[in-house]
Amino acid sequence: MKLYCLSGHPTLPCNVLKFKSTTIMLDCGLDTTSVLNFLPLPLVHSPRLSKLPGWISKDGTINLEKVLDARELLDLSTIDVILISNYHCMMALPYITEHTGFTGTVYATEPTLQIGRLLMEEVVNFMERVPKAQSATCWKNKEIQRMLPGPLKDAVDVWTWKRCYSMQEVNSALSKVQLVGYSQKVELFGAVQVSPLSSGYSLGSSNWIIQSHHEKVSYVSGSSLLTTHPQPMDQSSLKNSDVLILTGLTQMPTANPDGMLGEFCSNLAMTIRAGGNVLVPCYSSGVIYDLLECLYQFIESASLGTTPFYFISPVANSSLEFSQIFAEWLCHNKQTKVYLPEPPFPHAELIQTNKLKHYPSIHGDFSSEFRQPCVVFTGHPSLRFGDVVHFMELWGKSSLNTIIFTEPDFSYLDALAPYQPLAMKCVYCPIDTRLNFHQVSKLLKEVQPLHVVCPEQYTQPPLTQSHRSDLMLELQPPPMPYRRCSVLNLPFRRRYERVYILPELANSLVPSEIKPGVSVATVSAVVHSKDNKHTLQSVPKPPPVAPSKKRKRVMDEPPVVLAPKPLLSGAVPLEAFLATLQKHGITEVKVEETADGHILHLQAEDTLIQLEEDGTHIVCDNNEPLRTTLRDLVLRFLQKL
Amino acid sequence: MPEINVTPLGAGQDVGRSCILVSIGGKNIMLDCGMHMGYNDDRRFPDFSYITQNGRLTDFLDCVIISHFHLDHCGALPYMSEMVGYDGPIYMTHPTKAICPILLEDFRKITVDKKGETNFFTSQMIKDCMKKVVPLNLHQTVQVDDELEIKAYYAGHVLGAAMVHIKVGSESVVYTVSVNKYAKSHISAWIDKCRPDILISESTYATTIRDSKRCRERDFLKKVHETIERGGKVLIPVFALGRAQELCILLETFWERMNLKAPIYFSTGLTEKANHYYKLFITWTNQKIRKTFVQRNMFEFKHIKAFDRSYADNPGPMVVFATPGMLHAGQSLQIFKKWAGNEKNMVIMPGYCVQGTIGHKILNGQRKLEMEGRATVRLLISFALTKRLIHVGKLLACVFCFHTLQLDVKLQVEYMSFSAHADAKGIMQLIRMAEPRNMLLVHGEAVKMEFLKGKIEQEFSIDCYMPANGETATVTTNPSVPVDISLNLLKREMALGGPLPDPKKPRTMHGTLIMKENSLKLVSSEQALKELGLNEHQLRFTCRVQLQDPHSDPDTLHRIYTHLKSVLKGYTIQHLPDGTVMVESIVIKVSSSAEDTNAKVLLLSWSYQVKHRHCPCSRLSKLGQKHNRLKT
Repeated sequence: MKLYCLSGHPTLPCNVLKFKSTTIMLDCGLDTTSVLNFLPLPLVHSPRLSKLPGWISKDGTINLEKVLDARELLDLSTIDVILISNYHCMMALPYITEHTGFTGTVYATEPTLQIGRLLMEEVVNFMERVPKAQSATCWKNKEIQRMLPGPLKDAVDVWTWKRCYSMQEVNSALSKVQLVGYSQKVELFGAVQVSPLSSGYSLGSSNWIIQSHHEKVSYVSGSSLLTTHPQPMDQSSLKNSDVLILTGLTQMPTANPDGMLGEFCSNLAMTIRAGGNVLVPCYSSGVIYDLLECLYQFIESASLGTTPFYFISPVANSSLEFSQIFAEWLCHNKQTKVYLPEPPFPHAELIQTNKLKHYPSIHGDFSSEFRQPCVVFTGHPSLRFGDVVHFMELWGKSSLNTIIFTEPDFSYLDALAPYQPLAMKCVYCPIDTRLNFHQVSKLLKEVQPLHVVCPEQYTQPPLTQSHRSDLMLELQPPPMPYRRCSVLNLPFRRRYERVYILPELANSLVPSEIKPGVSVATVSAVVHSKDNKHTLQSVPKPPPVAPSKKRKRVMDEPPVVLAPKPLLSGAVPLEAFLATLQKHGITEVKVEETADGHILHLQAEDTLIQLEEDGTHIVCDNNEPLRTTLRDLVLRFLQKL
Repeated sequence: MPEINVTPLGAGQDVGRSCILVSIGGKNIMLDCGMHMGYNDDRRFPDFSYITQNGRLTDFLDCVIISHFHLDHCGALPYMSEMVGYDGPIYMTHPTKAICPILLEDFRKITVDKKGETNFFTSQMIKDCMKKVVPLNLHQTVQVDDELEIKAYYAGHVLGAAMVHIKVGSESVVYTVSVNKYAKSHISAWIDKCRPDILISESTYATTIRDSKRCRERDFLKKVHETIERGGKVLIPVFALGRAQELCILLETFWERMNLKAPIYFSTGLTEKANHYYKLFITWTNQKIRKTFVQRNMFEFKHIKAFDRSYADNPGPMVVFATPGMLHAGQSLQIFKKWAGNEKNMVIMPGYCVQGTIGHKILNGQRKLEMEGRATVRLLISFALTKRLIHVGKLLACVFCFHTLQLDVKLQVEYMSFSAHADAKGIMQLIRMAEPRNMLLVHGEAVKMEFLKGKIEQEFSIDCYMPANGETATVTTNPSVPVDISLNLLKREMALGGPLPDPKKPRTMHGTLIMKENSLKLVSSEQALKELGLNEHQLRFTCRVQLQDPHSDPDTLHRIYTHLKSVLKGYTIQHLPDGTVMVESIVIKVSSSAEDTNAKVLLLSWSYQVKHRHCPCSRLSKLGQKHNRLKT
């Protein structure tokens, strides 16, 4: 059993597990931090950006970094299945399913598929509506890259940076997705069973159990114990794992999500009261539902009832609508609302009362209905593309306005870099509901895996806070760290496999008790293996040989495979054996004692029998009937295995 | 032999009050818990005294599973859990859990408030009953306890309807309501090839093979349109939830396309709520509705408006959806009475009608209805009166009992099977998919069942049962025994067989099965000895062969060696440096007696485990004689 680690990013993992002749990819996250190396893509012509001193002709194409060009590590076309844990961890799917010869199946829950599709659609839309006249790729050449100014010069593996995929590729990739429900058991080739479990992080997010009858691997990715909107995490099913692969812990171990939410609200209210606008760069699904719910309760108390809230994204409407129809995947509170029937999320009411409005982009209706001061939720959180770029240009110069970062994926200072100097206030309230180190060590204590595998980042404190030994995993035995491109041999040996004995054979077995409570039976059977399932059947009786005159022909028949003689155990008791011999007419026996046992001399037959604790030796002349008799007598006293 | 027992308490060779007991692998499961629309007495509910004469059912049932929200499948649930007594888990899907209490409450109101029955379950009982419900997700494998597991599949009958796969060890049963073969349009529709021991299916439409859905839809629209054109009124009796929504969508789009002005009304107060459920559970509807729901929610109707009782007397054409669906009570019956006398009008029955209901009568061509039945009259009156006057109404009912109301049915009666009960074709298709070992039919009329039973037995050559209520069908199963085999042993046998299985050469394996506590382990004999801490007992045989040979001992041995080599082709023969010759695992030694150096003794030694095919005694002892001959 091996684990190939294709991503070094702990929250956007991509690992490949080889287990019982199946090759399973666990997530394929797309690390988009590389876009921070590029200039923003403005929606309207920006004189400032276009006048920036360029290094020769600056390359404006936004590239996304692909998880890893893994061709050297393993052939991606051999992957049988891809298991997706949440919609953030599937963004690289088109790169893998479309260009590597992948022919397998992708498993994901329905919300993961639908919202993942929305997020991909959004990125593609952001890219395609600002087409670039030219794009450069030559700079990726090592020689040229060396001459580029930093930090581009120091960027590693730029050759893995890829252009964004197209909608066609997205559709094709997503058509390979097979939907699964929580705790559904999916058989892979009869060899392995995989099953998603609720992970509590986002709508439809899951951890995965990969198991056979005797081995169990748990894959924990992006889990949360906080009570936000998704169904709570299923912890008990992770118990008894041989190996637990742990990824997707919080990226902000020191930031308390509740505190950050409070800070978010107070900063928002302060800015609005002062007459400024609030910009919230965010993804179109996930934490935004919680932000809206929090604001729903906060609006009245903070007397923000008249402030317009805008949600601008090509998928804004879909995201808000979809969130309302996944009742099965929501926490208990929200589920009960559906029974009333009421929409599970309060943003339905915000929309109904016109407090929240959503638009596909800043063009069209929005430009005429737009009122200030207002709150705008829009993407992309990297500030490099999407409608957020326009608002940065529009509001950046006024100190009345505030930008509040809530997504933890990008460093806010790097994100803001191309917009400097900036008069606008910046507030950083990253909300990351994933497990923190305290929660994870409690969880691991609870579920007791034999081995833990995790990214190496989790085995040491963060670089900036090297004294915080509480911000790392401390386990006994220590976790097995992995880094990008490492291949781990997972430490367990398979010793047993499940077979099924057919009723006919089972009925023919003769068990004998060896010790109290322990019985044995010798089994001779024909093994049938189909779809990695093994069954044992009775050995078919050889067809009766037709009485043939030509004896030679009979001799040519292949020898019938006979069951081998069983192993023997036990000892032959002297007195009882002598009595038995007597019964069978062998009376003249001379017994001689030796160091290890006895030698019996059967004088009439000129035969010796050597009886010892762990062996019996019969020495006689060429007298087959006698030997057979003696053999059978000895066997009476022994156990056969 | 392990066996599975299936006993219907209701719906055995009958339609209505579905309730089937299954005992499998020591577990008892109740499938559905419905009421009968055709009765108002004790026969309304299944006979739970079959399970136990006195006391609660909790100890006798491991779980209850409800397939969908129709009252003939869940109507007796509060009675069973709160009045008879059951505290175990009740499983149903989310939409069923949402809608079922509303229908139960509605049913309760009609029975208690309007018909004035006492000794019926209360609103609180419905609430308490629903607290025992555990919601099921599609395809989720739910572990009821360590051994019993259930899994729900999409059935597409009505919103939230499910097939259930019940499994204990290697035995399994699949229970399906009415599988809608059009369910395939849904992403996760249809069952996998799970090869259950028994497939229990409804057979309401056992003899019908319906034409395509599209044809029926077109036919339906044509009839409605014609009636509207000639100024008639169309009554469509429906149940509040289910097909009603589908027909609404159909009419709504037709009205839009044809630009029709005639009003469409939906009579029940539930409408808006019901449509809201459909909006929230859109993942349970069909693919087409799901795909477009963001742009336009199909359940927001422009042309369909709420109905008021006074509208029934309005002149001009109109279409009214009214509840309930079998014309046995309520608003639909009231409107029917008003419109029945005019031949321009039409009533379209979109679903099955249970015997004893007006719906059933008019479908059978009855044109004169005697409205004198006690229950019917009391009902009609209580509807005619406001709630405050119920008691007066009851009094009047007694008076009216002696009257005979005769109703001439002049309006057109049309029957359109939109109800998504399984028809013969759907059932056959399901059998083909799931490949059950036995088939069991419930929820259908005996005659029709008999026909389908014959058809199934003929086409699939599997046994088909159709027990009556209280009758038990028993199926013996023959499960194979799961065993843990040591991987070494399995791999050894696999290697012997070569990489590809050879049909001519069966791969045999030999091992020892260790039965300890509850575990069964199959290991090689050597490993079994080791694991059980036993010593091996060696059993050896030695055979002495006398022969005359003048050579020295080593030379004799060598001569034997070369001779054996030439005679025994295909055997491994080794001459070992310690002065022995090995033929496979048989050891040959030579010794000479002290007196006569020519008289040699050949010692052949082998262990008990030596395989027979090189049986040493016969072949090698001949060697001695041969050798004697050689020398001469």
